[in-house]
Amino acid sequence: MKKLLIALMTTAAALSLAATAEAADKLKACWVYTGPIGDFGYSYQHDQGRLEVEKALGDKVETAYLENVSEGPDADRAFERLARENCKIIFGTSFGFMDAEVKVAKKFPKVMFEHATGFKTGDNLGIYNARFYEGRYVLGQIAAKESKKGLAGYIVSFPIPEVVMGINSFILGAQSVNPDFKVKIVWVNSWFDPGKEADAAKALFDQGADIIVQHTDSTAALQVAEERKLHGFGQSSDMIKFAPNAQLTSLTDEWGPYYISRVQAALDGTWKPDNVWLGIKDGAVKLAPYTNMPDDVKAMAEATEKKIAGGWNPFTGPIAKQDGSPWLKDGEVADDGTLLGMNFYVKGIDDKLPQ
Amino acid sequence: MDITVNILLTIATAATPLLIAAIGELVVERSGVLNLGVEGMMIMGAVGGFGAGYLTGSPWIGLLAAIIVGALFSLLFAVMTLSLATNQVATGLSLTLLGLGLSGMIGTSFVGQPGVRLPNLDIPGISSIPVVGRLIFGQDPVFYISIALTAAVMWFLFRTRTGLTLRSIGDSHTSAHALGIKVIRYRYLAVVFGGACAGLAGGHLSLVYTPQWVENMSAGRGWIALALVVFASWRPWRVLAGAYIFGAVWIGQLHAQAFGIPVPSQFLSSLPYLATIVVLVLISRNKRLTMMNTPASLGQPFVPDR
Repeated sequence: MKKLLIALMTTAAALSLAATAEAADKLKACWVYTGPIGDFGYSYQHDQGRLEVEKALGDKVETAYLENVSEGPDADRAFERLARENCKIIFGTSFGFMDAEVKVAKKFPKVMFEHATGFKTGDNLGIYNARFYEGRYVLGQIAAKESKKGLAGYIVSFPIPEVVMGINSFILGAQSVNPDFKVKIVWVNSWFDPGKEADAAKALFDQGADIIVQHTDSTAALQVAEERKLHGFGQSSDMIKFAPNAQLTSLTDEWGPYYISRVQAALDGTWKPDNVWLGIKDGAVKLAPYTNMPDDVKAMAEATEKKIAGGWNPFTGPIAKQDGSPWLKDGEVADDGTLLGMNFYVKGIDDKLPQ
Repeated sequence: MDITVNILLTIATAATPLLIAAIGELVVERSGVLNLGVEGMMIMGAVGGFGAGYLTGSPWIGLLAAIIVGALFSLLFAVMTLSLATNQVATGLSLTLLGLGLSGMIGTSFVGQPGVRLPNLDIPGISSIPVVGRLIFGQDPVFYISIALTAAVMWFLFRTRTGLTLRSIGDSHTSAHALGIKVIRYRYLAVVFGGACAGLAGGHLSLVYTPQWVENMSAGRGWIALALVVFASWRPWRVLAGAYIFGAVWIGQLHAQAFGIPVPSQFLSSLPYLATIVVLVLISRNKRLTMMNTPASLGQPFVPDR
C-alpha cells in the first residue's frame, strides 16, 4: 500500500521533473523530503530553503524536489532518478535516507550529494545538521521562569539521539533557573499526527503541566494551549498565527543560508564534501520573536542565546546522568560524537527512556 | 473530578471522527459494497471543510462543505464500481491515493493558516452545571450528530422496510434484482451516504479536533474506521462501542505515560489497537451470528442482466 503510494508519487514527480528539465546550461539543484511540503514543519522548512535558493541565485539555477519519499530501500530509486534527471547537487533531508544516498553517491561520482542529520560521508557526499539542542536550552530557561507549577509537559516522537539530546538540553536549561523543575514526557510514536499531538497536550495539561514543549511537527499542541489559556513553544516553523496568546517562542530551522552557500559553491566549482553541524551562531537554528512573556524573561532568553552564539555549549559540566552517576566533570564539554549518539537522560528527568 | 470530566471529553473528541466514518462505511458495506477509500474521502472532507470555513469565516459552512465534498468524492467511486463494475478493492485504494494527493494540492495555500473552530454547545445556565453540564450539554456539535447518526442508522437498518431491502441487497444482489429491487440505485445512495459521513468525519478533524489544515492530517483514521466496521461485525452499536474503546484506551495510555508508569511507550501506543480488537472479538465470538451479520455479497461487482 505504502509502496504503491511511493511509486505513484515518484512517477508523478518524475513527470513534473521532465517538464522542467529543458534549460541545460543552468545548474540543477534537487531535494528529497520524507514528508509532504505542506506539513508546516520539518519538510516545509527545508522547502522554504529551496525557495530561498531559487530567489537568491535566480536564473543561474533550477530546482526540483521529491516529497513523501519513504525512508529505507525505496529512497534509492528517488535519488537515482534525480541523478539521472541531471541534478548536479542533491540534498537528502532525512536521517533515514543515509544508506540510500551512500549507495547512489557511489554510482554517480560526478553528482554532488548532501545528507542532513546523518553520519556517513563519501568522496562526493557531505553531511550537514543543525544543533537544535542549543535552542532547547533557551526554551528550558523560559519554561522554568514562566511555569507557575514548575512542571512542563513534553511531547516527543521517537527515542533517537536527536530527541533525547533535546529533552536533556531542555531540562538543563530549566534547572539552571529552577533546580526543582520537573518535566512529564509523553511519546506519541509519530512525527506527525495532529490529533495525537493534541490529545497528548490535553493529557499533559490535565495532569498539571502548565507549559507544553514538543518534538513533533504540527501546531496542534499549541492550539490546545491557546484554548486552555496556557503557554507553549512552537516547532520547526513560527506558529504564532495558531496561538497568538500561547506561543512563547518557536524553535525554527533556517536552511536557506546553508543551501545558498552550497549551491553557490557548486556553481563556482569549489564544492567539497563537508561535515557541518550548524547552530544558533550560523543562523540555522533560530528562535522566533519572544512573545507573551515579561521583559526580564525575554532579556534572559536573549542573553542565553547570545552566550550560545558566542560558543558556549549547553552540555558543559558538571552534569550527572539520570541515575546520579557523573557524566561530565566541571567545565568539561560534551563532544559531538557523544551528543550524536546520546541514549541516556541527565539527572532530573523522571521518565524511563524507551529502548 | 475536573480531570475525569476533561478525560471523558477528550475521549469523545477522539472517538467522534472514527465513529462517524465507520457508521457511514457500515451502511455502504451492508449494501454489499466495499469502499476502501474512507481515508481518501475523509481527507478530502477535511480540506474542503477547512477551505470553506477559512474562506467564508463560518465553521458551519465549512462543515456543510466537508459533507458535500465527501459525498461528491464518493460519487466517483460509485460511478466506477457500480456503473462500470470495476474492482471495488482496487478502486477504493485508488480513491484513497487520489484523495491524499489531491487534498495536498488543493490545500497548498491553506498550509500555515489558522482556521475557524466550530464552537462547543453552550446553553446558558445548563452547560455550566458541573460534570453533567459539560459532558452532556457542552460538547462540540459534531459529537451530537455522531450519536444521533448512530441511532438513526440502527433504526433505519433494522426497523424500516428500506433498511431491510438494503440489507437484502448486501446479502444477495442477484435475488434482490430478481425481485425487482433497483440494486444499483440503492448502492449509489449507500455509497454517497458513506462518502458524506467520511467527509463529515474529516470536517470534524479540520474544524474541531485540530482546527488547521496540514497534508495527511487524517493520519490513518480512515483505515481504523474501516477496521472497526469489520471487528464490530457490521452492527452499529458495536461500532459505537469500538470507537469509544479505542478512544478511551488511546487517551488512557497518554495519561499513563504522563503519569510516569514504567511501561514501554511503544507497548502503550499499540494498546488501543489491541484492546479494540480483543473486545470486539469477544463480543462477536458467536460464529453463527457473525456469519449472519456479514453481508454475503460484500465486494462483488454486480452487473444486472438486461
